[in-house]
Amino acid sequence: MTRSIRVIPCLDVDAGRVVKGVNFVDIRDAGDPVELAALYDAQGADELVFLDITASSDQRDTTAEMARAVAEQVFIPFTIGGGIRTVDDARRLLRAGADKVSINTAAVKRPELVSEISREFGAQCCVVAIDARSSDDTESGFEVYTHGGRTRTGIDAVVWAVECQRLGAGEILLTSMNRDGTKDGFDIPLTSAITAAVDIPVIASGGVGTLDHLVEGVTEGGADAVLAASIFHFGEHTVAEAKHVMLEAGVVVRPPD
Amino acid sequence: MGEASGGRRPLIAVRDDGIGNLHSAHKGFEHAGADTRLTADRGLIAAADGVVLPGVGAYGPCMQALRSSGLDEVALERVEAGVPFFGICIGMQLMFAGSEEAPGVTGLGIFDRPVVALPPTVKRPQMQWNVLDRRVEHHMFDGLPDETWVYFVHSFAGADGDDVVATCHYGTDVVAAVARDNVWAAQFHPEKSGANGIRILHNFVTAAAEAGAD
Repeated sequence: MTRSIRVIPCLDVDAGRVVKGVNFVDIRDAGDPVELAALYDAQGADELVFLDITASSDQRDTTAEMARAVAEQVFIPFTIGGGIRTVDDARRLLRAGADKVSINTAAVKRPELVSEISREFGAQCCVVAIDARSSDDTESGFEVYTHGGRTRTGIDAVVWAVECQRLGAGEILLTSMNRDGTKDGFDIPLTSAITAAVDIPVIASGGVGTLDHLVEGVTEGGADAVLAASIFHFGEHTVAEAKHVMLEAGVVVRPPD
Repeated sequence: MGEASGGRRPLIAVRDDGIGNLHSAHKGFEHAGADTRLTADRGLIAAADGVVLPGVGAYGPCMQALRSSGLDEVALERVEAGVPFFGICIGMQLMFAGSEEAPGVTGLGIFDRPVVALPPTVKRPQMQWNVLDRRVEHHMFDGLPDETWVYFVHSFAGADGDDVVATCHYGTDVVAAVARDNVWAAQFHPEKSGANGIRILHNFVTAAAEAGAD
């Protein structure tokens, strides 16, 4: 086996608590990141992504505390994204137990940050998150957006992905802003344009509504990993079910127990 | 997972180089039944029942950090003294003679051959779970299922040799674990490989407890 595809649930956290309607019947505290991480680990999740939406910077320490608590109990890799603007921000989270940090707006504002984090901690822990939307103003037809998808940059998403790889990114977390929240499936033209352009792993994100969408992200989009939030959080499907569907479709994944 | 044999929790020193995530390795060994210290203190490392050399990042800076702290000598002395010693990821690579990643940088030389790049035909880094293809039975693998998946993140790996106990397939057969006498090494991250990984750490803790009881 040469390549296995990772299935990655994504959790939004605010001040160290999981938010946005995680709804499991058998969970004691739907806001507890440790309990949710352990549950996804038990279902067969290959990695986890925590997206920090904490608005106030003086509460950011709670994110590091959360990383510490998760790393003490759950022994699968996890990434933290959101609010990371400096090498010191990255260091705090990595030292607390995060395996990777994901940078987005800060990387567009100051691309050297990608190189700095990569040089200091290794490319393997430097993820660049790219939020892209279709656009007539770029050659590839996809444009990079920042600030949670609100701000246009004029930058071609494919050009930016290649540049991130050159700067030392170890992975791209690619979210289609057209598809995010729609449940219509991944943006396949976007995903395949990026996976064809870079050699580093690409995580496809945005739009998953069915388990077949996860398969399409891999077989049609060429993604190395697939990320989803709501289909897992609301108990519609477990990660184990997702993996069974992928295995049946011939996608190599680590089988759930 | 409960205590290792012998009742006393063996003391495991996890070498702290101040770079990246070592918290998981620290907590993983605790979870596996050891009294674990994340430390750069020579005395503590010398007194431990088992020594762990973890590492994430680049070969050159990691080797430089090890050397400038003088802990390269401590590591070699512990290996020589027969103390259970476990290198993980870059820590494993440092135990080789050198690496294509950092030409001119001399490694610890516990394994007298180089670390080489993964083949250009595959994505680098290998950042995924993969199956361990065991070459021989070893204490490292006690209690693991026949098909054991573990988590890899690396672009380089040790060259093959007769002390290799497991490989994984990634473009070609890639060295995944090496073991010789008291020395264990894993290219994958047992501290990030779920229950199977914790079992491997527990097996090392047991080896350290047994060696400490001798």
